Amino acid sequence: MAGNNPNAKPMNLTLKVWRQRNRNSEGKIVEYQVKDISPEMSFLEMLDVLNEDLLLKGDEPVAFDHDCREGICGSCDLFINGRAHGPEKGTTTCQLHMRKFSDGDTITIEPWRANAFPVNRDLSVDRSAFDRIIQAGGYISVNTGGVPDGNEIPIPKNIADKAFEAATCISCGACVAACKNASAMLFVSAKISQLALLPQGQVERKTRVENMVAQMDKEGFGACTNIGQCAAECPVGISLENIALMNREFISAKATSDNLA
Amino acid sequence: MNLDSKIPEGPLAEKWEKHKFNVKLVNPANKRKYDVIIVGTGLAGASAAASLAELGYNVKAFTYHDSPRRAHSIAAQGGINAAKNYQNDGDSVFRLFYDTIKGGDYRSREANVYRLAQVSVNIIDQCVAQGVPFAREYGGLLANRSFGGAQVSRTFYARGQTGQQLLLGAYSALSRQIAYGKVKMYTRSEMLELVVVDGKARGIVTRNLITGEIETHAAHAVVLATGGYGNVFYLSTNAKYCNVTAPWRAHKKGAYFANPCFTQIHPTCIPVSGDYQSKLTLMSESLRNDGRVWVPKTKEMAERLRGGQIRVADIPEEERDYFLERKYPSFGNLVPRDVASRNAKQACDEGRGVGSTGLAVYLDFADAIKREGVDKVSQKYGNLFAMYEKITAENPYELPMRIYPAVHYTMGGLWVDYNLMTSIPGLYATGECNFSDHGANRLGASALMQGLADGYFVIPYTIGDYLAQMPPTPVTTQHAAFKEAEEAVHARTQKLLSIKGTRTPNEFHKALGHIMWDHCGMSRNAEGLQFAKQEIQKLRREFWSDLKLTGTNEELNQMLEIAGRVADFLELGELMVDDALNREESCGGHFREEYQTPENEALRDDENFAYVAAWEWTGDNQPETLHKEELQFENVKLTQRSYK
Amino acid sequence: MSWITKTFTSSIGRKVIVAITGLFLCTFLVVHLVGNLQLFKDDGGAAFNIYSHFMGTNPVIRTLEWVLVLGFGFHIYESYTLAARNRAARKVGYVDSRPSENSPWYSRSMALLGTLILIFLIVHMYNFFYRARFGDLDPDINNNDDLYTLVVTSFKQWWYVLLYVGAQIALCYHLIHGFRSGFQTLGLNHRKYTPIIRVIGYIFAIVVCAGFASMPLYFYFFK
Repeated sequence: MAGNNPNAKPMNLTLKVWRQRNRNSEGKIVEYQVKDISPEMSFLEMLDVLNEDLLLKGDEPVAFDHDCREGICGSCDLFINGRAHGPEKGTTTCQLHMRKFSDGDTITIEPWRANAFPVNRDLSVDRSAFDRIIQAGGYISVNTGGVPDGNEIPIPKNIADKAFEAATCISCGACVAACKNASAMLFVSAKISQLALLPQGQVERKTRVENMVAQMDKEGFGACTNIGQCAAECPVGISLENIALMNREFISAKATSDNLA
Repeated sequence: MNLDSKIPEGPLAEKWEKHKFNVKLVNPANKRKYDVIIVGTGLAGASAAASLAELGYNVKAFTYHDSPRRAHSIAAQGGINAAKNYQNDGDSVFRLFYDTIKGGDYRSREANVYRLAQVSVNIIDQCVAQGVPFAREYGGLLANRSFGGAQVSRTFYARGQTGQQLLLGAYSALSRQIAYGKVKMYTRSEMLELVVVDGKARGIVTRNLITGEIETHAAHAVVLATGGYGNVFYLSTNAKYCNVTAPWRAHKKGAYFANPCFTQIHPTCIPVSGDYQSKLTLMSESLRNDGRVWVPKTKEMAERLRGGQIRVADIPEEERDYFLERKYPSFGNLVPRDVASRNAKQACDEGRGVGSTGLAVYLDFADAIKREGVDKVSQKYGNLFAMYEKITAENPYELPMRIYPAVHYTMGGLWVDYNLMTSIPGLYATGECNFSDHGANRLGASALMQGLADGYFVIPYTIGDYLAQMPPTPVTTQHAAFKEAEEAVHARTQKLLSIKGTRTPNEFHKALGHIMWDHCGMSRNAEGLQFAKQEIQKLRREFWSDLKLTGTNEELNQMLEIAGRVADFLELGELMVDDALNREESCGGHFREEYQTPENEALRDDENFAYVAAWEWTGDNQPETLHKEELQFENVKLTQRSYK
Repeated sequence: MSWITKTFTSSIGRKVIVAITGLFLCTFLVVHLVGNLQLFKDDGGAAFNIYSHFMGTNPVIRTLEWVLVLGFGFHIYESYTLAARNRAARKVGYVDSRPSENSPWYSRSMALLGTLILIFLIVHMYNFFYRARFGDLDPDINNNDDLYTLVVTSFKQWWYVLLYVGAQIALCYHLIHGFRSGFQTLGLNHRKYTPIIRVIGYIFAIVVCAGFASMPLYFYFFK
């Protein structure tokens, strides 16, 4: 009962999946066959089929991260056929559909690779490094209550739009996964841009970029070499302009902030 | 136990102010001596955790996600209501209150809803201060839109991802408190048991989802902010992980569950395409501002369309039935969600549905495109159209979208009093997890409002009132109740792992979903509900005797997680059916076929059912006990909802 | 650690040094190219030798020479430090990786291209700079060291021409990425002027490298 294409033919596929028991164990690629995959399925639904098969056979299902399955929570994180989130541009793994593949294809599925993202199990990785970077300064220090009326802070529409664009980052980590250097600068710069552009973010502007960049380095991410793989693979289209803006913020903060340490 | 809603005395508009003055305060120096556990870090949980930590309490926050920023609040698209009246179009606190009560079909508490409307204005200010990038006008001021059938423009939004932006705001506030050390954050930790000591909530038992380690945590108060239970239907717009486990375990420890049958079915979702379907995707309700809902006028025409003999374009204008516009001339396509959903179902039941399954209606933008041009339409809905095309491979600029209703939100939840405290002292429930504000149906853009209202502006006051009544002495996990709860969790996990049957947790979940959708979904009747009750009981027995799992507890075992959640859904499902059976009236999202007007509209029975049904757990496989909280309406007149 | 060391050992700090030195080296390339155009003057090398004598003896130039050495030094050191750090950031690699689908190869190969250029640089320095400065070149008719003749004879050898032209190709790709990358690192990215920077970068890389490459080719084929 396909929705729009009743003639879509089911596919048989070979999957090469990274299996790894836990963070400290060795992993390897294991091959599986999946049959009768509808082109209307999402990629994760295809993995659901595999996991149901495995479980019924008494094997252990493949662990992978997912949740909302509508492209916004940023949980899903598969490296598919050599690409972060697979072959389709501007798409999270959960929004990738099997119609992008053909009958008989072999699909390689790996977890994000970066020292800062250790593997939990199979395809699931630990991205808490991102949280720690936000904790280092990705906020505006206001307590609940006692804030001015929303309209007392007018923001030019173009600035608000730009800040919004930066704020659309879903923290999936595809930027890190795709980057040759495993650099997190697209992620970090998106938050820095958002808050640097808005008037509310001005007060902590300098300390924020200093602290967030320091934490980013501490987590062991690589440094940006402006290749642009991150932006090319970003499912929500975060722009490289943000990295430039972060660099600018960093230079200016280092040159003028009162932080002597 | 008597249900005391603890609604403060006095005129509606003064209740909250007065109450804030009357609640006991915790001495600032003592706040750091109190520990509060918060389970769930979506809008309601993260905002509460941040706000309580800012006040000085020690907060332990728990989420089963790898980061608080992934909670399903993130998926809310449309916006957040607030009675700011920035548009000078006649909005006010009272109007938002009135709309919410009316939209909820008079099954919510006046005092709670009024407070919600009051604090709605503070939420916007708070979020702006945090740097939430709301949409703006060219003059730099905040933009609003009319949403979900409201007659005023009071919805604040951030393009199609208001939920994500608000959650990131709350997450940033939470992150700041984590950095300060005031919040200890436990990620990938699932609450599996509530610990009650001497009748008071004292802590929780959690499972570390990576290592399987079972941990106990003690606190002076526990807040559940764990969202809704829409996934009892298997297919819903909820995220895959959304579950009822935390509130259900609390329910089994004595917290009443209120109005479980009140489920919201959202009219504009992408239809099911096959059995493998794992979730349904919502298309924002804002689409109904410009899209026109229709099906072919006749069954014959619809059949030919489904069979592929004709195409959409072959159906002339006079053969199209814009049924919402026809039936509800003044609200047209913008009728409330339940009305729109039921009418879509009705059209499909009449055999006039479209798409290969016949379970869809059209949402057509052709007129909007003709009127405003592709550019304007794309500006408003571009991202939604792109999402639709990604999923269906159809271009909505050329073909009308196909939509069908899907389970979206659960108005029911843990019963709470005015202070958001459940029937267990010291246990609070906020956000979608409680039942409090939306009655039998929630208005669009009100879920975000309620989650943040509870977390930022209600719980910080009301929890202090409870804490101030106990000495600031440390609490520990030494009490026998902790050991007992921990052992119960171990035993349950081992039981699940030791069944070694033949069916997967997902199979059971899907089977439950079918029962619920068919008999306790968009419309219900006594016969179907009774049948469903038996089916659920049968399924539950099968579950506990034929479940198949592999692996152990001491590892990341996602199927084990699912199994535990499905087990709870199998119990909740029966309670929902009981509640739907008990409520012999139609109201909001609860439509009993036996109770409808001659025009097929919901027929309320205010005489006998203007109450909150709060259910008390009495033991495994025992019928639950019903407690009624009568609803008093002193400020609004109960009318039949009419959107004609 | 003081703020200075902290700043310049941070990821962005190092990048900034690479960018500043890289763009500085671009200006050097222009000067070097313009000066070397004297080679094309059909005067038996008199003008070129005057120019090279001036470059070798003028105190301002001799001072700037040290700045240039520092520029190269920092550019190379910081780039290698960053490259090593970046390589270490992903200890376990992908089994299947297809970066060509998201980025140009030369952008991903800056360290390799830079290394090739460095090897060339060593040969080049030894061959011309070292012998001009410390060697024993014969005087020309104006009694300047006859570097011109050394150039002409060198470029009569095919493998030498090949090395030079090859190095210029490497340099060209290095510059295509490096030029715009430098601006990006310094924070100069704007939808208004970034497209212009990109175009200038392409033109700059091609003109400079074609200019340098034309010299060995000219002498090999036409002299």
